[in-house]
Amino acid sequence: MSKDNQLLEEFTSKEYEYGWNVNLEADEAPKGLSEDTVRFISAKKKEPTWLLEWRLKAYRQWEKMPEPTWPNVHYPKINYQDIIYYSAPKQKKSLSGLDEVDPELIKTFEKLGISITEQKRLTGVAVDAVIDSVSVATTFKSTLGELGIIFCSFSEAVKEHPDLIKKYLGSVVPMGDNYFAALNSAVFSDGSFCYIPKGVRCPMELSTYFRINAANTGQFERTLIIADEGSFVSYLEGCTAPMRDENQLHAAVVELYAMKDAEIKYSTVQNWYPGDKNGKGGIYNFVTKRGLCFGDHSKISWTQVETGSAITWKYPSCVLKGDYSMGEFYSVAVTNNYQQADTGTKMIHIGKNTKSRIVSKGISAGKSQNSYRGQVHIMKRASNARNFSQCDSLLMGDQCGAHTFPYIDVENQTARIEHEATTSKIGEDQIFYCLQRGIDEEAAVALIVNGYAKEVLNQLPMEFAVEAQKLLALTLEGSVG
Amino acid sequence: MLEIKNLQAKIGEKQILNGIDLKVNAGEVHAIMGPNGSGKSTLASVLAGREDYEVINGTVQFNGKDLLELEPSDRAAEGIFLAFQYPVEIPGVSTINFMKTAVNKIRHYRGQSPLDAVAFLQLMKEKMKLVEIDQSLLSRSLNEGFSGGEKKRNEIFQMAMLEPKLAILDETDSGLDIDALKIVAHGVNSLRSKNNATIVVTHYQRLLDYTVPDFVHVLYKGKIVKSGTKELAKELEAKGYDWIKNEAALV
Ligand SMILES: Nc1ncnc2c1ncn2[C@@H]1O[C@H](COP(=O)(O)OP(=O)(O)OP(=O)(O)O)[C@@H](O)[C@H]1O
Ligand SMILES: [Mg+2]
Repeated sequence: MSKDNQLLEEFTSKEYEYGWNVNLEADEAPKGLSEDTVRFISAKKKEPTWLLEWRLKAYRQWEKMPEPTWPNVHYPKINYQDIIYYSAPKQKKSLSGLDEVDPELIKTFEKLGISITEQKRLTGVAVDAVIDSVSVATTFKSTLGELGIIFCSFSEAVKEHPDLIKKYLGSVVPMGDNYFAALNSAVFSDGSFCYIPKGVRCPMELSTYFRINAANTGQFERTLIIADEGSFVSYLEGCTAPMRDENQLHAAVVELYAMKDAEIKYSTVQNWYPGDKNGKGGIYNFVTKRGLCFGDHSKISWTQVETGSAITWKYPSCVLKGDYSMGEFYSVAVTNNYQQADTGTKMIHIGKNTKSRIVSKGISAGKSQNSYRGQVHIMKRASNARNFSQCDSLLMGDQCGAHTFPYIDVENQTARIEHEATTSKIGEDQIFYCLQRGIDEEAAVALIVNGYAKEVLNQLPMEFAVEAQKLLALTLEGSVG
Repeated sequence: MLEIKNLQAKIGEKQILNGIDLKVNAGEVHAIMGPNGSGKSTLASVLAGREDYEVINGTVQFNGKDLLELEPSDRAAEGIFLAFQYPVEIPGVSTINFMKTAVNKIRHYRGQSPLDAVAFLQLMKEKMKLVEIDQSLLSRSLNEGFSGGEKKRNEIFQMAMLEPKLAILDETDSGLDIDALKIVAHGVNSLRSKNNATIVVTHYQRLLDYTVPDFVHVLYKGKIVKSGTKELAKELEAKGYDWIKNEAALV
């Protein structure tokens, strides 16, 4: 209950709050994409040859692939030669502690409301902050280190833990999986890496804040999380991007790998810049996220709150390979003005007695289009597989659209699949009831929408849930009346 | 406190209120009765500021303010409370959460600081006791799956929480069993003071046995056609509305 309250009180700013630009001297690749660009990035990062070869192979595959046209989104053709593929904030030397971090950068985080020092002191959240593709600060490393947990930037992992990277990179999302994954594989700049050893329960939420900063820079993050047998980790990813007119491409890849009895909980709150009221600007968010429940009794759970981006194309999925493994997908996707979202999940049941659960809550306002696209695939071997899907759409006004595309493929007759879908509107009656209790219209909408999304928000860790509620409200401001 | 003069309102092309005059002073309880469809709920909605209804004539003064000029949420903050005849469901929002938002919004309007969790909880506990409502009900989604009686009791709980200056109870007694009725009446009575007033819309005498009105009005075809004391309610209970309708037809 304090969540809502806090939310309502902070109901003030109208424009995108995070729209400003800090002046960080960038260290950029020249515009455009070629084998040379790939070599430049790899050299810049002082990568081993095998990784350069891996990137080049991905690049060559990408070159031959057509851009997908099946999502229910529309945008002008992207000129891939007009993008800068690498930009790193300049830093004098490698850092051993937070004190050495560029003060401009610290200011950036403070504007975002993420004071690392504060977080470190107050909440016990270890933050691996990624700004313009390079990790600049990693905290709590020593605490984690004692447990044998590895949590660092991807580049660091390449240097320090090459065997793990070599073994697991591309093991869940192969380099040629899809157009954007191939692009990422060729040019990814940095990201996060996490390994939880056998039997270890990670004692804190691991968290990364992504942020796009320099103009015309595509973001190509790469995250890899490996949970060894019987381990547990909860990982949070939050994004904010400054306001800008040109559209920016963001094509990240996230791979989760859960071994026997392991559990990974991955939560995202995404509020990349959605573009202005007239649909100008905004981020193109084309992300590939996939988790592999490799071992028996493993579990992967995706929770996402998507409020930002001009276009979202994203299907966090679970491949349920181990027997008795379980996949979950909880999603709230909000679109307003001219935003377009085509998001959902895939649950691929391979092992026996596998279970999956999908709860998707779409909220469309303004002239936006919101599509749920979900696939449940029960393979031949997956006897006694079970899936439950709940897909709800909430419409605000009559100029927006909500679409549901469920695909169900069953190859084993013992499967039990339940699918429920509803579409509703915020009722005048509900609004009036709130008004009559002294709750103004915007607060009423926030209350009703948060109630609608509650089942998903409840999956988020507390601090994130508060932020997510605020974002829902901010996104929907001015969308009624 | 409340002064309604020649209030006329319509919905779409249909005029429903045909010139209502009513004066309610602080400390008073007024009962409004009348046959189905006579406009009782409409009057309540117009006072609360529901937009579907268009006021075409008349004025409403509330504590020196032009009520009709105020936004619905501001009317609530000024102290008008409507216990709905048909309370609305809000999935995923608990009564506790709903009330916390409402209480603090109203406090904000009045320039008071928000109640912290402890103070709020204390207030809630006190009011829960008053209307004998269970906390488990208040933790559930607002009105979702509530029984008819639970919904009504919940409305009175909300009234108790918000301590309005003018409470309008629209058939809060309908659907209540005898025990619940007594509890509701007790709640209403204990909130009565010389500073606030209550308008009770009802079809039955039974609530009025417990919450005794100072005045009883009969609404018919969008007009108050007869006013009297509590005896009038008893007369209506005994004789029905025909004689009132006949009287009205003669005028
Ligand atoms: N949205 C609407 N459109 C058309 N007519 C309406 C609408 N709302 C109310 N009315 C009509 O207005 C009249 C008064 O309705 P109202 O609900 O105020 O009656 P009431 O006195 O409260 O009746 P009851 O005792 O049954 O609750 C009724 O004839 C009703 O059908
Ligand atoms: Mg009525």
